[in-house]
Amino acid sequence: MSHIGSYDERVKDFDWKISEKELGYNEGDPINIGWYCTDRICEMGKADKPALIWEGSTGNEKRYTYNDIRLASNTIGDFLRSLGINNEDRVCLFMDKIPELYLGFLGVLKIGAIAQPLFSAFGDESLFIRLENAQTKAIITQKKHAPKVRKILDKMPWLEHIIIVDQDPAKPLMEREVAFNLEEAPKVEKFDIFPTYAESPSVLHYTSGTTGQPKGVKHVHASLIAQYLTAKWVLDLHDDDIYWCTADPGWVTGTSYGIIGAFSNGVTQCVLDAGFSADNWYRFIEKHKVTVWYSAPTAIRSLMKAGDEVVRKYDLTSLRHLASVGEPLNSEAVIWSEKVFGKPFLDTYWQTETGCMVITNFPDMKIKPGSMGKGFPGILATVVDPETYEPFNESGKMGLIAIKPGWPSMMRTYWNNEETYQKKFVNGWYIPGDRSSIDSEGYFWFVGRDDDVINTGGHLVSPFEVESALLEHEAVAESAVVAKPDFVNMEVVKAFVTLKPGFTASKELDLQIMNFVRKKLSPLAMPQEIEFVESLPKTRSGKIMRRILHAKEWGEEIGDTSTLEED
Amino acid sequence: MEEMLEVVREYIIEEYVEDDSEVTFDTPLISGGIVDSFSMVSLKRFLENKYNISIPDDKATPEAFDSVNKICVLVKEYIA
Repeated sequence: MSHIGSYDERVKDFDWKISEKELGYNEGDPINIGWYCTDRICEMGKADKPALIWEGSTGNEKRYTYNDIRLASNTIGDFLRSLGINNEDRVCLFMDKIPELYLGFLGVLKIGAIAQPLFSAFGDESLFIRLENAQTKAIITQKKHAPKVRKILDKMPWLEHIIIVDQDPAKPLMEREVAFNLEEAPKVEKFDIFPTYAESPSVLHYTSGTTGQPKGVKHVHASLIAQYLTAKWVLDLHDDDIYWCTADPGWVTGTSYGIIGAFSNGVTQCVLDAGFSADNWYRFIEKHKVTVWYSAPTAIRSLMKAGDEVVRKYDLTSLRHLASVGEPLNSEAVIWSEKVFGKPFLDTYWQTETGCMVITNFPDMKIKPGSMGKGFPGILATVVDPETYEPFNESGKMGLIAIKPGWPSMMRTYWNNEETYQKKFVNGWYIPGDRSSIDSEGYFWFVGRDDDVINTGGHLVSPFEVESALLEHEAVAESAVVAKPDFVNMEVVKAFVTLKPGFTASKELDLQIMNFVRKKLSPLAMPQEIEFVESLPKTRSGKIMRRILHAKEWGEEIGDTSTLEED
Repeated sequence: MEEMLEVVREYIIEEYVEDDSEVTFDTPLISGGIVDSFSMVSLKRFLENKYNISIPDDKATPEAFDSVNKICVLVKEYIA
């Protein structure tokens, strides 16, 4: 029997107090995610239960019980305090998926500081923009990523500490650097957890938009109430489950469900810190007897591409429940997973700003392959007319997804950007920026983004950021960046570029520009294709018309070109 | 073959390794997290440019790109 039971019954009498009661939280009490994910589980008698089973790329393994993660997060919190880091200071976590990332996240929260996880593949420019916006006081990183921080250090007087978790003692530390080895640090048994409250800031995740720089999405400790219950009801986490969330905590899924949802439910979770290969993933499931698997369409399509033969090499019968997030899950992938795993992947829809799943498929509910499912109980989601922002009265009409604000994990603002935050609300609805329709049975069907943001492998990339980076290359005069269809990643970045006089298009220049963007921003933002063109389509006022280039890539109608500049 | 191994290894160190980590001919590149699936596209492009070949997308798998040795075996298949 699933935790949610009957979806229709849950919707009828839903109240977030169900979650508060299970967590033992009363309105007005202190609430600290770090405590709920560690100390509370120990107090429930599960101190010796495995909390985290971590495996590295060479097959090396580390295991932590709930008592171990309680002590480790205390120890990290204590160390941060000794450096003078206080509540609401921003602490960036810039690491691969190593244990220190998971434990450091909890340690940061325990001292009331704000955790700012960033994807470790970010280049120095992407890193700088985000650290500058947050005025980050400390960054926890690995020696392999420290050179990127050093490169921009002179521009960051506010960054006081660079904490390196795997420093080679034989090598000297550089300016502002300090070594911290979790395994060697004396364990802190008793720790004064900072008494954060429901509206105390907890996590700052950065997300990209069509225009402007990335936005820092501010979440608060009350988000736990939604993340705990959605993890329990949608991922259907039971006490004896072995859970694997493949997301990197540099992104929101990796924290909401790779840390908070999992640990607050007291389950055992596995982490694989290695690059993707079908064999390695299936071996990992077999070895650890994973029962609940939360992954992404890009990974699922990559597994499909690897073929059915490799699936049969492994015993995957432990799998009980599968779910997916990041971009729409195509119906073929759902049907394929039913065929090879005997279970469908359940699509879940949400975004950095919502903090938790908002529209989703549920265990024991009829699955319509290709559909996003229905609104989580207590979350009123609908589709509105893009002109009037009024909900459609009839099914099947395509419009904008709209959600009534008020659930616990809704973002509280964009960091230092309240104006943009306010623009996300229209006519009393939060507008995520995605288009959809609802069928006669209340299922949502994703149509696409309502802006130019590129969703590649489940990660949002701003065309503006890539265009800005391209313009910094000595050969590039103008650029326009759009999404290009891709079987595995749904979309990839494509750049149209005009060159400055004296430069000629060549295969070498193409590769040089690709690598330039990859190192400056990230591998995700690197154009997978660059098309050198004589000129870019522009309006008479000189604005580049991305939509024309986008339409050509997707084989769509170009639409109104009345404002197009004539050659 | 020896020269190709060195050329590919040096390119990977230059382009994808941030610190002074060692990369041997057998170091796991994809499964070891040195080259991610997105960056594989630029590595493939380098190999195609350097050796004037075209590697079909379905042959450019994470397994085939997982070490300098494996990459060079793949490249040799397409050199006329």
